[in-house]
Amino acid sequence: MIEFQHVKKVYDDGFQALKEINLEFKKGELTVLIGPSGCGKSTTMKMINRLMTPSSGKILINGKNVSEQNPVELRRNIGYVIQNIGLFPHMTIGKNVAVVPHLKKWDKAAIDKRVDELLRLVNLDPEVYRDRYPSELSGGQQQRIGVARAFAADPDVILMDEPFSALDPISREQLQDELIRLQEELNKTIVFVTHDMDEAIKIADTIVLMKDGEVIQTGSPERILRHPANDFVRTFIGQKRMDSETSIDIPIVDEVTVPNPVTIFPSRGLAEAIKMMERRKVDSLFIVDRQHKLQGIVSIYNVLDQYGEENKTVKDVMKPIGYLVRPGTPLPDAVKMMSEHRLTNLAIVDDTGKFVGLITRGSVVKHLSEVYPSIVDSLANTFGEEA
Amino acid sequence: MGNYQWTIADLLSYMGRNSDLLWEYFVTHVIMVLAGVGLAFVIGVPLGVLCSRNEKLARSILAVTSTLQVIPSLALLVLLMLAFGLGTTTVVVGLLLYSLNPIVRNTYVGLKQVNPSYVEAGRGVGMSPMQLLFKVRFPLALTYMLTGLRIAAVIAIGVATIAPLVGGDGLGREIYSGLNGQNPLRIYAGAIPAALLAIVADLVLGALQRRLNLSERKSSRNGSKKEPSASPTV
Ligand SMILES: Nc1ncnc2c1ncn2[C@@H]1O[C@H](COP(=O)(O)OP(=O)(O)OP(=O)(O)O)[C@@H](O)[C@H]1O
Ligand SMILES: [Mg+2]
Repeated sequence: MIEFQHVKKVYDDGFQALKEINLEFKKGELTVLIGPSGCGKSTTMKMINRLMTPSSGKILINGKNVSEQNPVELRRNIGYVIQNIGLFPHMTIGKNVAVVPHLKKWDKAAIDKRVDELLRLVNLDPEVYRDRYPSELSGGQQQRIGVARAFAADPDVILMDEPFSALDPISREQLQDELIRLQEELNKTIVFVTHDMDEAIKIADTIVLMKDGEVIQTGSPERILRHPANDFVRTFIGQKRMDSETSIDIPIVDEVTVPNPVTIFPSRGLAEAIKMMERRKVDSLFIVDRQHKLQGIVSIYNVLDQYGEENKTVKDVMKPIGYLVRPGTPLPDAVKMMSEHRLTNLAIVDDTGKFVGLITRGSVVKHLSEVYPSIVDSLANTFGEEA
Repeated sequence: MGNYQWTIADLLSYMGRNSDLLWEYFVTHVIMVLAGVGLAFVIGVPLGVLCSRNEKLARSILAVTSTLQVIPSLALLVLLMLAFGLGTTTVVVGLLLYSLNPIVRNTYVGLKQVNPSYVEAGRGVGMSPMQLLFKVRFPLALTYMLTGLRIAAVIAIGVATIAPLVGGDGLGREIYSGLNGQNPLRIYAGAIPAALLAIVADLVLGALQRRLNLSERKSSRNGSKKEPSASPTV
């Protein structure tokens, strides 16, 4: 669909931004260009719609060289979501979405219909948002409009340059989900630039990993995770290095803890305990005193059981801790303990009784997946049988 | 300067009696200003666009326009009179040259401050250079361009009062007649409307500018809650 043949780019100041790019973006696929800042992702992408011109080499779309096409016409047939926000501040949301159909001289009724359709497509009520200005929308909403605008004239190819990078994690996740949904429905050829590996793994059909103006590795996320081409890729995808000659250090429990185990003081009431569980999405809380000494554990069932009694505190309903480990315990021992006693989590407590950490099934799996992905399968099975 | 005492009532009655003539002066005054500033706008905006395209050219153009503005107004008009003779043409050309600097400079600065993201977005969606100029760059530079217009108008209204010295008309006529005849009523009858005109022009253009200010641009729906924009501005 889109082909790069021996593409090089040297900027006017003599900087060689792209060394020799040969790439193919497949029809109907979402291809993610990823790599550290300054590696040439945007440069690569902007050559597709001729916002930049290669110094040498060719770019073909459906076999036709883009340099032989009228740039203005070409761009109207390629959707574009810009890095940073590119909505026009002086136009309403409706006008912004309608920019390309307008340039293509669609008639007014068709444009109005399309605008409403697109706003609904990105989950924004046309009645509410159509006549607002961009500054009246949240960052996430603005970026939705940016996406809607790119889809407006139903182009086959859509370019997206870090469309979600300025957003908070929650909006980003939402927009990624929506993009996946849109893509399942519409099957566009999408080129998506990011430097967030999690984002790439989540949405890509194919990942193109770049560094210093070169393509380092191309493949499906699965393939890149399982067979990273070299150390750069390995570091980039966040795997801990694993040489075959050095044996794996046996991890200790301290390395495998969850970041913020949820604790509560003994004097807190039951409603507070429920609220905290709800907010942190956990089913039990560890009770620690002011010196951070572990007193016991309380589960949602313990709390609900006694909820009617308004004067009770978590201290009255907590259960003693059945199993715990000391810091420095080898992970396999801890896993064995969890497995034998069917524990979902295990507290780490030091000699003085202080609560220093918590390991859960989740944190164990996460750690192992970073060290060696294929262990995860077997381990997941073990846990599966036990549970 | 007057050798007799006069009151506001005298002034008003004088203006009432001569309202036809004063009105005519007022209208010519406004027309001269509109013509001068209008022509300056028509010539200055393209020059400003040119400046925004090429820094070297910008330096030369702005050097010329600012030099023009430094020449004392009377001297400029007299020089022009040598070329265009006595009459309104000289005045209008003078006002044009005077207005050029604020208009070119503000157009240039206005276009320069447009966030390149918007320009790139415009190019990216397939706007031609002209569409980009009219649909993106001008609208986003508009408040600056209006500032230029506002400054030009206020200056021109003032400079136009010396028009009679080079054979032009306008409220200056009344002022100079007053000076010659040592009649303060006539001086005020010319000067006050000219001053009011400048103040009103300033207020009206200022209000227009505020209305078009992008940071305050809101849809007209009631009780719109203000959400801060999360967009990066650089
Ligand atoms: N107009 C230009 N002139 C000179 N060098 C440039 C120009 N535009 C980009 N570069 C350089 O080319 C390199 C690649 O830039 P590019 O914008 O493609 O990076 P990127 O991978 O998109 O980075 P980021 O993730 O930060 O957006 C960078 O080192 C940049 O400094
Ligand atoms: Mg970039």
